[in-house]
Amino acid sequence: MHKILSQQTLAPGVKRYEVVAPEIAQRRKAGQFVILRVHEEGERIPITIADANPAKGSITLIVQEVGMTTRLMAEKEAGEFLPDVCGPLGDPTHIENFGHCVCLAGGVGVAEIYPVVQALKTAGNHVTAIIGARSRDLLILENEMRQAASQLIVTTDDGSYGIHGLVIKPLQEMMNRGEKIDRVFCIGPVPMMRAVAELTRPEKIPTIVSLNPVMVDGTGMCGGCRVTIGGKIKFACVDGPDFDAHEVDFDELVRRQQMYRSEEREALERYVKSLEEGRTEKKPCQIAEVAY
Amino acid sequence: MAKKVIPEKTPIPEQAPELRITNFNEVALGYSDDQAVFEASRCLQCKKPVCIAGCPVGIDIPRFVDMVAHGDFKRAVEIIREKNALPAVCGRVCPQESQCELVCVMGKKYQPLAIGRLERFVADFAREQSNGVPLFIPAKKTGKSVAVVGGGPAGLTVAGELARLGHRVTVFEALHKIGGVLVYGIPEFRLPKSILQAEVDKLAELGVEFRTNYVVGRTEMVDELLGRYDAVFIGTGAGLPYFMNVPGENLNGVYSANEFLTRLNLMRAYLFPRWNTPVKVGKRVAVIGGGNTAMDAVRTAKRMGAEHAYLIYRRSRNELPARLEEAHHAEQEGIEFRFLEAPVAVQGDAKGWVTGIELIKMQLGEPDDSGRRRPMPIENSNYVLDVDTVVVAIGQGPNPLIPQTTPGLKIGKHGVIMVDPETGATSKPGVFAGGDVATGGATVILAMGAGKKAAKAIHQYLGGEILL
Repeated sequence: MHKILSQQTLAPGVKRYEVVAPEIAQRRKAGQFVILRVHEEGERIPITIADANPAKGSITLIVQEVGMTTRLMAEKEAGEFLPDVCGPLGDPTHIENFGHCVCLAGGVGVAEIYPVVQALKTAGNHVTAIIGARSRDLLILENEMRQAASQLIVTTDDGSYGIHGLVIKPLQEMMNRGEKIDRVFCIGPVPMMRAVAELTRPEKIPTIVSLNPVMVDGTGMCGGCRVTIGGKIKFACVDGPDFDAHEVDFDELVRRQQMYRSEEREALERYVKSLEEGRTEKKPCQIAEVAY
Repeated sequence: MAKKVIPEKTPIPEQAPELRITNFNEVALGYSDDQAVFEASRCLQCKKPVCIAGCPVGIDIPRFVDMVAHGDFKRAVEIIREKNALPAVCGRVCPQESQCELVCVMGKKYQPLAIGRLERFVADFAREQSNGVPLFIPAKKTGKSVAVVGGGPAGLTVAGELARLGHRVTVFEALHKIGGVLVYGIPEFRLPKSILQAEVDKLAELGVEFRTNYVVGRTEMVDELLGRYDAVFIGTGAGLPYFMNVPGENLNGVYSANEFLTRLNLMRAYLFPRWNTPVKVGKRVAVIGGGNTAMDAVRTAKRMGAEHAYLIYRRSRNELPARLEEAHHAEQEGIEFRFLEAPVAVQGDAKGWVTGIELIKMQLGEPDDSGRRRPMPIENSNYVLDVDTVVVAIGQGPNPLIPQTTPGLKIGKHGVIMVDPETGATSKPGVFAGGDVATGGATVILAMGAGKKAAKAIHQYLGGEILL
């Protein structure tokens, strides 16, 4: 049982949680994730570890409400518990002093790229971070990213803040200006990652993306998260989640991500309806017998 | 005067096939007391019993059976528990037909003693009666500690044996439930999870510590465990699914058996939406393979409403590796076996969903190096079977996470951890291994047998006396 120490809304539908997980806090590296469940009959879902405090024994998870499980998690308050949190999973992001790194992220992807930006800067890179959201109120971690990166560029799709446009726009402009870019990291919705891959491909700029297929166990035992990279099958949970963007079969990733669309929709509708009809109370938290 | 042989096993009450494919309850309902006593009295109580050597954990079969024949079920429990900490599991999943019952002398001319059914009877009696009766009384604390990596049959056996000998044991399990293949692989209708939980609870009562959601190789490394514990046992199992490497294998609706069964068994997808993990099972399901895993998958598919549940196996019925009773039950349940056929490609529609599987017919040629006749494709015999779900159950290999993160651990062919077969000792001092991680995918009982050997060796390594 993992206690939620704090819970905070960063943007509509996006919450930050600090969760007790001492071994994970000690061990985790940039790019790794946890698999968690929010109740005893719940599904297992992967969430990137955005930050950690080893001294305190806690990790930070930033979660966007997209379906029933993340919705149930959003209803959990500080002092409540998550029954299962497993990690750190995934192959850590490969960090070295590449030179000039550009890190792009959109929406909740900003939380995922944050530890990568920190690690790259610590390794001596000059890190240009480009973060974006549909509008100003959906932007998260601006201050944290400004601290972590060497330079921060902010974009919004609607122009309500920062540069008006998608995150790829500043990257395009940098490339047009002939700026030296040694490596690109990109985390966000698939169309964004795909677009960045296509932009950097002709210039052969090494580009790393973090893939988010559906997962079950997260330790490589089921193959549910399999993706095709350069024509070969890889498991995102153990060979990834980072992969060479120019080798990823994005079409297949998108198709496989949609496999449970109808069940996901059905589950969320059912849950919302049962709340409205007063049939379901918010699931009560369980008092932990073992408090870490 | 020679005892008269009763030629046939006492039949065991079973759910009728048409009923049981609509539920996930056990097929065999268990002997009544009278049936058990009657069956036990069939035993010839041979002067030189050969059945004991047929059991991978060496249960004293004639003695426990004798107790059952006399109605002393409690004593029968004690005798089985001397050798086997998970009898309710073994009685249900062991392939007795290739072990104890294979060598039973009655089997030469008649049906062997129904040893498996009797073991299950005794174990179920124990569970119903127990409440407070400990599994065994542990020896005095030795002050030594052992880390068991993997909460499956091998790990649970090692944990039980070492706890009995007075050592402090912690079991580290990657998943959120203990049991390994017993909880994620074997379906509810073969091994009810409540039974498994009862066996695990008994181990916890004895002081075995369980840490779930703990992935050794990520959360902590084996070398670090060696710093905290006096010895380590690795029983991480066959947690790597094999795929066919044919076109279309990543289409929506194609599962590895591990994923299919994990969703259904561990995550109880058959109770969706109350249990939140879904699974897609269509009306026409093809399961590729012929072992117990394939059999579990295809019978589960039937219970999930498949109108056609095909089992596609590249060899013939004679070579089918699955447990005899499972194959028999599968047939009764209407599973459609297609022998001597193998997949060539999976076909799908524009949206990426499975629509069919292209198969080629096979014939058996000369034996290959496994000793089995090699299946060879018959040219131009291809055809397409309409299916909407495919489950690949062609085998599982050892999960590579620990080999990849443990320097000095010698790894063999197909990624197995190399061990001394008598002791489970690996190339790293203080590190032992057993079960599927050392052999490749095999059975629960063999994992338990390996666990017993390793526990003895670990006990000795920790300074304990040599046990017979």
